[in-house]
Order: sequence, then structure tokens, then C-alpha cells
Amino acid sequence: MMNHSQPHGADYNYTVVRQFALTTVLWGIVGMSVGVLIAAQLIWPQLNFDTPWLTYSRLRPLHTNAVIFAFGTSALFATSYYVVQRTCQTRLFAPALAQFTFWGWQAIILAAAITLPMGITSGKEYAELEWPIDIAIAVVWVSYAIVFFGTIIKRKTSHIYVANWFFGAFIITVAVLHIVNSMAVPVSLWKSYSIYAGAVDAMVQWWYGHNAVGFLLTAGFLGMMYYFVPKQAGRPVYSYRLSIVHFWALIALYIWAGPHHLHYTALPDWTQSLGMVMSLILFAPSWGGMINGIMTLSGAWHKLRTDPVLRFLVVSLSFYGMSTFEGPMMAIKTVNALSHYTDWTVGHVHSGALGWVAMVSIGSLYHLIPNLFGHGRMYSTSLVNVHFWLATIGTVLYIVAMWISGVMQGLMWRAVNSDGTLTYSFVESLEASYPFYFVRFLGGCFFVTGMLIMAYNVYRTVKAPKDSLPALAEAKAA
Amino acid sequence: MLMSSFWSMWISILTILVIVGCFVLLRICSKNTTPEIKEGESMGHSFDGIEELNNPLPKWWSYMFYITIVFGVVYLIAYPGLGNYKGLLGWSSSNQSIGTDQGIKADSKAAIEAAATEGRWVQYDQEVKAENEKSGPIFQEYAKTPIEELAKNPEAVKVGGRLFLQNCAQCHGSDARGGEGFPNLTDTDWLYGGSADEIKASIMNGRRGMMPPKGGLPVDDSEIPGLVAYLHKLGGAEHDAALAAQGQGSFMKGCFACHGMDAKGNKLMGAPNLTDNVWLYGSSDGKIAESIKNGRAGVMPAWKDMLGEEKVHVIAAYVYSLSNK
Repeated sequence: MMNHSQPHGADYNYTVVRQFALTTVLWGIVGMSVGVLIAAQLIWPQLNFDTPWLTYSRLRPLHTNAVIFAFGTSALFATSYYVVQRTCQTRLFAPALAQFTFWGWQAIILAAAITLPMGITSGKEYAELEWPIDIAIAVVWVSYAIVFFGTIIKRKTSHIYVANWFFGAFIITVAVLHIVNSMAVPVSLWKSYSIYAGAVDAMVQWWYGHNAVGFLLTAGFLGMMYYFVPKQAGRPVYSYRLSIVHFWALIALYIWAGPHHLHYTALPDWTQSLGMVMSLILFAPSWGGMINGIMTLSGAWHKLRTDPVLRFLVVSLSFYGMSTFEGPMMAIKTVNALSHYTDWTVGHVHSGALGWVAMVSIGSLYHLIPNLFGHGRMYSTSLVNVHFWLATIGTVLYIVAMWISGVMQGLMWRAVNSDGTLTYSFVESLEASYPFYFVRFLGGCFFVTGMLIMAYNVYRTVKAPKDSLPALAEAKAA
Repeated sequence: MLMSSFWSMWISILTILVIVGCFVLLRICSKNTTPEIKEGESMGHSFDGIEELNNPLPKWWSYMFYITIVFGVVYLIAYPGLGNYKGLLGWSSSNQSIGTDQGIKADSKAAIEAAATEGRWVQYDQEVKAENEKSGPIFQEYAKTPIEELAKNPEAVKVGGRLFLQNCAQCHGSDARGGEGFPNLTDTDWLYGGSADEIKASIMNGRRGMMPPKGGLPVDDSEIPGLVAYLHKLGGAEHDAALAAQGQGSFMKGCFACHGMDAKGNKLMGAPNLTDNVWLYGSSDGKIAESIKNGRAGVMPAWKDMLGEEKVHVIAAYVYSLSNK
């Protein structure tokens, strides 16, 4: 597909893209390994070695922060900087500021990796970092916005490509979400209290929390999808009109969906109903992205047989479709009454996180890395293929285990005897979950093994001599 | 609490704008918006080699979108969702609406029950009512049997055990053996008496155990080691005889008022028997000294209003069965 590249290719600023692409692999391995460790702790609690900073309670936020903000967001930085340059046919605006976003973001990740195990936390899920780090995030994020939108403004194309709509929406919204949700009164350097209280605090938190999913993990990665799927398939995007409808509907609706995290709580009834309704209407716009991605393969389906990179991208879209069907269903109050607080939620999150976010990032990186380092392909296509199967099997093991365990927990918790007493105590439902915790742990091991193979493959690709990895004949013909 | 009409309007208008906006956008894009470009052809712009086709929206997808929009609108008409609008069904998850709308106090049980029977759908109370209708007869039946007899009915004991696990085990433990400060219910040592009626009374009305610091007596701190030794002597444990003799003197300053001359306690006050070597707050010298010096206060909550007499009756049978096999 090199024949599609613009002649100015050599002029693009790839330094920061390379840096973010490589750290994506590193942070992916770190974040997912911590995930496997805490999955193991749920089966073998001794694995915290009676050490406070290795306890589940401290490592769990480390895991979520590492995979969302270190792995996922690095992937978004890398791909958005790459895509915005190539689709606008211009170099990055303010290259020094772009460099600052890289080093600033790494410093933030490091600060998170130190403070979270120490137990320093604001106690807000996915926003645990304390106020000094929050301020640093805001500064880096605004710099990111300046670089990205600056590049859009100085573009040499008449239109703005659809991938950049999604990247742009994600960058703006995450800035707003992060700043509003992190508003706090500091009491010391490492302790602060949210300025919100009670149900309002909960609502602001889940307005943030769900849109971290909606804008960072969905809109951002749809931007990635809109470049790398047509590029890897060598086919035009299926429907421009579909892009328009699903983009505007998606960003207009997602921002309302937060209250479905607070069904049957002290949140007012009207807020809960509204969150549920908006989550349901969100279903079709979410699927718009999947349809547009998968239909882009029309006329290129045969490539799936030989190209494991394309397979990563297409399977990620399938998991995306599955999660965005499951999500609106779980937002329905009666379904939520069963699913909430069970492992079903954990399974749902990971079908999105492993199946969609990680797989689309991995596929994009396998396209990106040879291009960044002047090669036609990855060092080993068969290792990409092995990685594909490890990732797919790992994801399936994980989510199937959590579905079964989650539905079982929900049913056990609500089972009542004829006398009105509960049939099971909580600990009985926990005992019943053990086998599934093991399967989940196994799935995690599969996924991390795949990431290690990727690291090796990336290392060999980066180190390979010039012109030693030419593009495969078939890909060239495309 | 109702929000001000400004915010109610604000949120309603925004909601309607978003939903109507989605509908209008979907309608517009269902037709070819660029007639100069035929359907299926390229839009004519290329980004890094990527073109976009002017394909129509998939029909099945558009229908799905319309269906969810219609569902959303119907739901928002039927249920609260648009600001202060209550919804046609008048459904509410809490009792608050009874209090604010109808001028009836929500904390009046009678008012809530009346609202529920009138069909004003208050979910929690409806669920409680439905559950009570289902399981009520079982408990009414059990209530007719005296506790001593009920304790021999394995079915009833099972029901009582489950109620115990869900309501009592937090303090008394899932095996009912208690813990520091929480009495063991499986032995024969009872602070307030172990007869069936006494057990039931303890659960129904709760208990408040109260040992004032040093029993409220003019006992000097220096006398405490002697008292500890004397209590060990009473309990038949190892002790220093000379110290214990001293302690007996201190005990006679007034401890007997509650614990009795024979130190066997008084169930009317919940004063524990000090001769059986059962120690609610620990049997070490230090723990006993602490109990004397600072006193102790224990609370057993009253379950009469939380569970009702019929359920307490069955729990009492379960507890009674533990020490009367």
C-alpha cells in the first residue's frame, strides 16, 4: 500500500509518533501484567505478600490507569499525530509543544505509577490521581489540543478527514471532563477533597467516567479505525453520509449516558430515566462506526486470509459492535438490576477494553511501526498471526468467564426462599465465582503473552537493516 | 426535592433538542445530500489515499435508529425524565413524591400504605407489600407455635437461621459464637436470661449493657490488680492468693450491688456472672483491668420495628435451638 502515500511523506514529523508508538507497547505490557497479577490475587490472595503497596486495592487503580491512560492514550497520541499530519498533508504544528506532550505524559504516567501504590488517591474511579498530577494532565492536554488543532488549521486539504473529527471531539471533551471532574480543594500536597458532594458528586464522577469510555475509549479509537482500516484494506470508506450521522449522533448522545452507572441509587428518578433513554438511542450511532468500518472491506474480504493486521482491525470492530450492543442493554433499568455490581460489568468493560481498544491499537501499530521506521512490513508476519490468535482467545476466555460469573452472581444475590429470606449469603456467591476467576486469569495470561511477542517483533522490526523488510507482494498489488 | 423551573426547562429543552436533532439528521441523510454525486460513487476527496463513497445509510440500521428514538420518546412521556415532569404513569422510586405532592407526610407508614393501595406506584413499598403477602402466611403459622416447640421444627430453625445470617451474623458471627464485645449465643451463659421468652424479649426490644467506670464506686486505681486477681479466683483460674484477698475487700465496696454477693450476676440488669470464666471483653489481666477501669457499654438494637414480631419469633427459636439441643 505504499503507493497510496503522499510524496511529502518524508517531511512529516515522526519523532514524537515513534516515541508514543514504542511506549504504547511498553505501557501495554506493564498495565496488562498488573491486571493479570490482581486477577491472580482474587484466586490466591497471598500474592499481595502482606505488602501494602501490592494489595489489590492499590494495584487495581494502577492497572486501570496504566491501560487507559498509559497504553490507550499513548496509542491515541501516536496515531492522532500520525493521522492528522498525513490526512492534512502538513507537518505538526508547534513541534516543540508536541515533544512536551510526550515527556509531560511520560512524567504523569511515572507519577501515577509511584503515587497509586503508595495509597495516594482522590478516591474517584478512573480519576484517582491527586491534584498536582491532575493539574499536570490539564496542562499536557491543552498542549495536545493546541498541537492537534493547530495542525488542522494549517492543513493543505480542503476538507477535514472523518478520523480527525473523532480525534478532535475526543481531545476537546476529555479536557472538559477531566477539568470539571477533578475540581477539588487541596488540604495538603497529596490530599484533596472534591468540591462536589453527595449525589451531585456521584453524577459528576459518572458523567466523567462514562465519557472517559465514550470519548477516550470510543471516539478516539474510532478516529484510529477510520484511518487504519481503509488504509490497511486499501479500500475507500463505505459511506460518507453514515460517517456524518453517526459522528454527530454519537457525540451528542454519549455525554448524557453517565447516569446509567447510578441506577437505583439516590440519584433523582428523572436523571436515571434520562440516562437510560440516551444510552438506548446511542445504540444505532455506535453501530454506525462498526458498519462503516466493516463495509469498507467490501471487495477486500479475501485479504483477511493472508493479512493478520487486517484481521486484528476487523475483529476489533466485531468486539466493538458486541460491546456497544451490550452496553445499551445493560443501561436498561431492569437488566441493570441484575447486572450491576456483578462481574458482568467487568466482562463488558473488557470486551471493550481488550476486544476493541487493545485490538484496534495493536492492529494500527502493526501498520504504523514499519512505516515509521522505513520498512515495508513487520519483521515477522507469522508472529503477528500468533499474536492475533493469543489476543482473540484471551479476550474470549476473559469475557465468557465474566459473563457466566456475573449472571450467576446476579441470580444468586436476588434468589429468595419462600419465606422471603435470601437463599445465598454473599460469600457463597464468591465461592461459586472462583473457577471463573481462574479462567479470567488464564485469558489475561494469553493476552499478555501476545503483547510480549509483539514487543519482540517490534524490537526486531526497529532494529532491522534498511530495505531488509520489503512489503509483501500482495499488499503491494493492493 | 424539585428543581427550579429554570433548570427544569433547561434540561427538558436540551433533551428534546438532542433527540429531535438526531431524528432530523437521520431524515436528511437518508436521501442523497449531494445529487451531483451518484450513490455508490466517490465523494471526490482523497486523504492520504483514502477516498469516501457516497453510499446510502443501511435501511435496517436506519430503522433501528428510528425504533430507539420512538422508544425513548414514549419512555420520557410515561416516566419522569424531562425535568420536573412526573410522567403519565406517576411512577416514582421513592416515598418522596407522596410527601411533596399530596401533602401527606412521607414518614407516616399509614400514608405510604394508603398510597400503595390506591395504586400510586411507589416501587419499594409495592415490593415489600408483595413479598409480605407471599411469605406472610408462613410466619403467621410459625407465630402460633411456642418458641420451645418451634425450636424442634427443622424447617422453622432453617428459616430462623437464614434470618440470623442476614440480620444478626454481622455482630454475632455466622456461627453465632460472637466475638469480643458480642455475646456467644451457643453457650449457656446468658446476660439477660436464656429462657425462650427472655431471648425473644432481648431481640424484640434490644438491650443496653452498661458498666460504669469502676462501677461508679470509690475504687482507687491501685486496687484494680487485686480485683483482677479476685475475679480470676472466682472463675477458678490461676491467681495470687494475697492479692485476691485484697481484691475481695474492694469487691465488697459495692460491686455486689449489680453482680450479686455471690458474683453470679443479675439478669435483670444484664450484669454478667463473674464466676463462670466467660469473658465478653477478654480474659487477660489487661482486658479485665480495662473493663474495671473504664467500664463497658454494649448495645443490642431492637428488632421489633425492623423485622416485626413474627420474624423475631422464628429467630428466637433458632437462637434457642443453639443451646437447647
